[in-house]
Amino acid sequence: MKEILWLGRGGQGAFTAAKLLGAAFAAKGEDAYSLAFPSFGPERRGAPVRAFTKLDDKPILDRSETELADYIVLLDETLFSPGLQNLLKPGGQIIVNTKTANPAWIAFDGDALARSLLLPVVNTVMLGALSGLSGVVTVEDMENAIDSYLAPKIREKNKQAVAQAAQEVQK
Amino acid sequence: MSKQYLSGDEAFAAGIRLARPEVVSAYPITPQTIVVERLSDMVEDGSLDAEFIHVESEHSALSCAIGASAAGVRTFTATSSQGLLYMAEGLVYASGGRFPIVMMNANRSTALPWNIYGDQRDSLALLDTGWIQAYAENAQEALDLALLSYYIAEHKTVSTPFMVNLDGFILTHTYEEVDVPEQSQADAFLPKYETENCFDFDKPKNMAFSAGPDTNYIFKFKEHAAMRRAIPVIQEAEAKFAEVFGRQYTGLIDTYKTEDADYILITLGTIAGLSREIADKLRAEGKKVGVLRIRYLRPFPTDEIAQAVRNAKAVAVLEKDISFGAAGTVFTNVTSALQTAGLNVPAYNFIGGLGGRNISHADIEEIFAKTEQGTQRVNFIGIEVEA
Repeated sequence: MKEILWLGRGGQGAFTAAKLLGAAFAAKGEDAYSLAFPSFGPERRGAPVRAFTKLDDKPILDRSETELADYIVLLDETLFSPGLQNLLKPGGQIIVNTKTANPAWIAFDGDALARSLLLPVVNTVMLGALSGLSGVVTVEDMENAIDSYLAPKIREKNKQAVAQAAQEVQK
Repeated sequence: MSKQYLSGDEAFAAGIRLARPEVVSAYPITPQTIVVERLSDMVEDGSLDAEFIHVESEHSALSCAIGASAAGVRTFTATSSQGLLYMAEGLVYASGGRFPIVMMNANRSTALPWNIYGDQRDSLALLDTGWIQAYAENAQEALDLALLSYYIAEHKTVSTPFMVNLDGFILTHTYEEVDVPEQSQADAFLPKYETENCFDFDKPKNMAFSAGPDTNYIFKFKEHAAMRRAIPVIQEAEAKFAEVFGRQYTGLIDTYKTEDADYILITLGTIAGLSREIADKLRAEGKKVGVLRIRYLRPFPTDEIAQAVRNAKAVAVLEKDISFGAAGTVFTNVTSALQTAGLNVPAYNFIGGLGGRNISHADIEEIFAKTEQGTQRVNFIGIEVEA
């Protein structure tokens, strides 16, 4: 099972990214199962939020929060703390929306790409970056999920975001 | 059929739309809110042809549903926790009046201390109100129960209200892929609601009346008998469901590797999934263990549980509930079933997940270990004292 932990702030769309990833993966076919859920409880704009995506080739019976992740994706650099390393499986990676290089993480300047596309949030940009790095879903999988679950007027920009981020992160 | 990526709440709302209720009256409460929001969206966009009644409280939500059902139409409401408790007075009006209302309850802790997270104390506190109670394990089963519940509740021999329980957040807010049937399939499965238990100008009758000591007991007996008659109707409904939708459910209980098991964990709701995963792990280590998921708490599977655990050396009952001063309510019901069947199988109660606390892999492994070794009667996961 691959487990992805998303860290963001209320309003940044961390859970939407978690859900799009889960939907994109599950739509692959018969042997593709996923769960996506937010950290449970009250919601507040700007407060740190977590979201989870679990991906497997068999039905996922464990619905508890991920204890060790294959990938931790931070939509906001200020949410980083060294303790996050302890939440990674061996070989796991932390992907941060930042300009700043750091041996602790893989930096991807999601803000810059989102700005260039006139997107107010970086969630789909970072989803694209994760997909480019991990290969857990293809750009096409993500585009299909966006077509199914985002409102029509924001689809094109977000599809551009995932495609461009997936390509740029591999440079 | 189309595959959609839905939360438990959304899946249930999708199932209710397919059931075509004519009246929806509900008051939002976390973690049920999304069901009410989606249904109100559906009424707004015309994809559900129902009267959506905005009410000022849960007491009114159920009262409205009772009134609508008494007018002879298919009716839906939904609630959770304190809202369900606020409905308590109406619950017995609905069941005593034999109004086959379907309600979704998002299982959530009860105050105090105030808590919005999932446990099962709300619905288990109201087991005796005459409602059929089913517990879903995943979003697909939730959607399917939205359809099955009307078939069973409205069956002429049953005519009893039906509460479908979804674990708060863990099921209501978790997204997964769900098969959403076509309307034509739903229509082939679920007949239109027809009843004589309604106001009718052509056949006027007294409804929701008083009954004194001379006749009251007959009505109560009839309620009990109708609830027991739900057992074969559940089977009938599931057989027809399998025919139309290709998914077969297993009646009042769902057993996993219990046939030859020495130790059986009995539980309900979403935690049954992780329990089966741990059972597989222990099986790989040579332990003969199994899991029994209770799907229906009312009517209670007395015979089914006894039959499934008759050869076990011990059983554990894991529930997110405590009846203070006694034990978990599910445990009390299970031990009563064992006693009724004359089985002398040691049974241990494990109380966990209260107020949304996580039940971990390690917790379930420990439950199996303690059940094998023998332990005290009532155990609180995470608290090491005599209870």
